[in-house]
Amino acid sequence: MSAAPVPASAAAVETPLQRIVADFAANRLALAGLALFALILAAALLAPLVSPQNPYDLAQLDVMDSRLAPLARAADGRFTYWLGTDDQGRDMLSAILYGLRISVGVGVGATLCALALGAALGLAAAFFGGWLDSLVMRVADIQLSFPAILIALVLLAVLGQGVDKIVLALVAVQWAYYARTVRGSALVERRKEYVEAALCLALPARRIVFRHLLPNCLPPLIVVATVQVAAAITLEATLSFLGLGLPITEPSLGLLIANGFTYLLSGKYWISFFPGLALLATIVSINLVGDQLRDVLNPRLQR
Amino acid sequence: MAAYLIRRAMQSLVVLLAMSALVFVGVYAIGNPVDILINPNADQADIERAIKGLGLDRPLWEQYLAFLQGALAGDLGKSFVYNVPALQLILERMPATLELALAAMIVAVALGIPLGLWAGLKPDSIAGRTIMTASILGFSLPTFWVGLMLIMVFSVDLGWLPSSGRGPTVPLLGVPVSFLSWEGLRHLALPALNLALFNLSLVIRLTRAGTREALVQDYVKFARAKGLSDARVIGVHVLKSISIPIVTVTGLQFGTLVAFAIVTETIFAWPGMGKLLIDSIHVLDRPVIVAYLLVVVTFFIAVNLAVDLAYSVLDPRVRLADAPG
Repeated sequence: MSAAPVPASAAAVETPLQRIVADFAANRLALAGLALFALILAAALLAPLVSPQNPYDLAQLDVMDSRLAPLARAADGRFTYWLGTDDQGRDMLSAILYGLRISVGVGVGATLCALALGAALGLAAAFFGGWLDSLVMRVADIQLSFPAILIALVLLAVLGQGVDKIVLALVAVQWAYYARTVRGSALVERRKEYVEAALCLALPARRIVFRHLLPNCLPPLIVVATVQVAAAITLEATLSFLGLGLPITEPSLGLLIANGFTYLLSGKYWISFFPGLALLATIVSINLVGDQLRDVLNPRLQR
Repeated sequence: MAAYLIRRAMQSLVVLLAMSALVFVGVYAIGNPVDILINPNADQADIERAIKGLGLDRPLWEQYLAFLQGALAGDLGKSFVYNVPALQLILERMPATLELALAAMIVAVALGIPLGLWAGLKPDSIAGRTIMTASILGFSLPTFWVGLMLIMVFSVDLGWLPSSGRGPTVPLLGVPVSFLSWEGLRHLALPALNLALFNLSLVIRLTRAGTREALVQDYVKFARAKGLSDARVIGVHVLKSISIPIVTVTGLQFGTLVAFAIVTETIFAWPGMGKLLIDSIHVLDRPVIVAYLLVVVTFFIAVNLAVDLAYSVLDPRVRLADAPG
């Protein structure tokens, strides 16, 4: 999994960013993952423009078309249902595009919030030390000793359903990973001379933490965040599948799969199968990118 | 060692107490149990009598203290729905969950070690690459979707295996188990495979990495130079050195298996405590939710402690007394 070696002369002239881009592009599988994720992201963003119908506009649905197999024609001949329809006569392709929008949105949104919270707490713990450090890290340790799904499940049981609630649950589950990661690298950076110099200049703590420490702790954070986006999307889908995540008015991929579960047993596989495939493609593409980023940004593998 | 154990026990007690308070207060905020419990046609006097009977009219801290008092005596309250002690309800379902988790662990180790060895011995062969790609998929695939696909292929299309329930159980030392009858084994197969998937990938990767590291060590080279057969070198020398990480990781993963059984049990209608939790959340059966969490948290603390202790026995370099926390 190591990146291809770059000639020393080339390394001398290129900027770090150029090196990272070149190292990343050396792995074709990772590039394919990035392309796939870009495609998914575009499909999710443009869902209202590219999907054949608005799956949640009841006026566009025809009950006569319910549970049609893939490639079936609509009853009034308007268009072909490439991926079939669900029990309400909803085009699965459109439902999946809209579902991706919600799943990716929740996953990325929750990850960004958790990243901000976790990084802030981890930096504060490393910089100030003392009781703050032991408190934050002890809570993170205890929390990480329990599986994420259990903690999220309990939170959602208490909070109820809703986009804001699932984001809150995901943030509560994930902040500890970032706090730990950033604290680890900040403790190393803190002992370096540039931080000592900044301290001697009597710069305010806020400035040292955000302008000096944070940028130098970013690479491992980016790696963790990429992988955690995939984890957040999986967790949201699982919770929605169990009926505890998003409400029926915000149909993410997990909810679509749950909806098809009943029909799976009577052989109508497509209602669950295709949303699952979309979910799988999203997670695998993010993981491929994350894997390669970990190698590219790992200082131990650098020359 | 004794000092370590005492400190560890105190810490576990604090965690348990904090969890119970958080969960109790949190669960207290969900819905109004009276709405589910009482016939909507009941008159106001009946409703008030029921509220008093359940102790729901007292302040929250009083309810919590009463709950703690009961918990110390092994009484975690009565299920609103089944009207039996919540703890009893959970302990009745526990064997089903533990059987499923154990079966999943056995599947993961029994399939994972040979596959991992193969991938480690022949890393560049087509089989080795296929195994590694499959293990990446095993990490990425959402468990619940794989469960659905297993049902689709093996139950609906091929009709080989049943898709739900536990099948007939046979009592073993007074505990009902599925694995002693053919029909029960058939019911166990799909859920166990589904739950095993993540750990199977983990064991494959651990075994492969361990094998590749061990193969270049001097003692393996020496064993080969002595003219020992391949089977003996790999079966005894290599396997022995990779067993420690596999034992610890699978041990630690056992708690995770119990937690993830929630998902598998829901898909395969396996009558374990995970399915009980989901059902209880849907009908707001507060005492069962609280009792489940306390039981599982206790279980986790016990598993973590057991793994730490096992570690110090397997690896004398680990000194528990010096370890922080």
